Amino acid sequence: MANTYTLIASNTVGSGGAASVTFSSIASTYTDLLLKASCRSDQSNVARSWRVQANSTDITARNLDAEGNPFVVFSGTSANMNTNGTGSTSNTFNNYDIYIPNYASTTAYKSLSVDGAVENNGTDANLKLVAGLYSANTAISSITCVINAGLFVQYSSFYLYGIKNS
Amino acid sequence: MTTAIEINCETGEVIERELTADELAQREADAKAAADQKAAEDADKAAKAVEKDALLAKLGITADEAALLLG
Repeated sequence: MANTYTLIASNTVGSGGAASVTFSSIASTYTDLLLKASCRSDQSNVARSWRVQANSTDITARNLDAEGNPFVVFSGTSANMNTNGTGSTSNTFNNYDIYIPNYASTTAYKSLSVDGAVENNGTDANLKLVAGLYSANTAISSITCVINAGLFVQYSSFYLYGIKNS
Repeated sequence: MTTAIEINCETGEVIERELTADELAQREADAKAAADQKAAEDADKAAKAVEKDALLAKLGITADEAALLLG
């Protein structure tokens, strides 16, 4: 059971926006990592709009989505996550947690879980769960959030926490 | 300008730089792949909606009545 959270680093995107945000040189001294992302796109098409890479490599994934009004539930193999954009409520940012246990292992592939929500003024919403896999024995020392088109807008924020189990 | 932000967790240094030509090309490919995936998912959802409507008509019940049965 995790009992310590340490903020490793954070970033809030500036006025120019950003195509990607990378946390590099992550120390291997924690048990797990948790990335909290609150972001928004400058595009109108914001479905499957951003994703996470470990050591500059896309993760493989199975996803479960519930979206629309009324909700439609479907599953797939997409690691791409949704976000708010120009077509949704002004100044509203998505809310995602990306949890990576055992990230420093050099003997096992790394599983990770993603859960997040995108809200649109109570008229529409998207809930997403992703079970992901980084298929390498290498310790994860960098994590990148990549937006597929357009930019993460100003005030999008990313907080990376290290968690120890003792 | 398309910017990448890199935060070095060891030193705390933050670098903001323009994407390279290779990164811009990869980004275009990523955008197309994501759009294609979304289109395939939308087509699948639309096909299932048609199948659902046909099944409801066959059973002679409404979607609300079906939800009551399954809830």
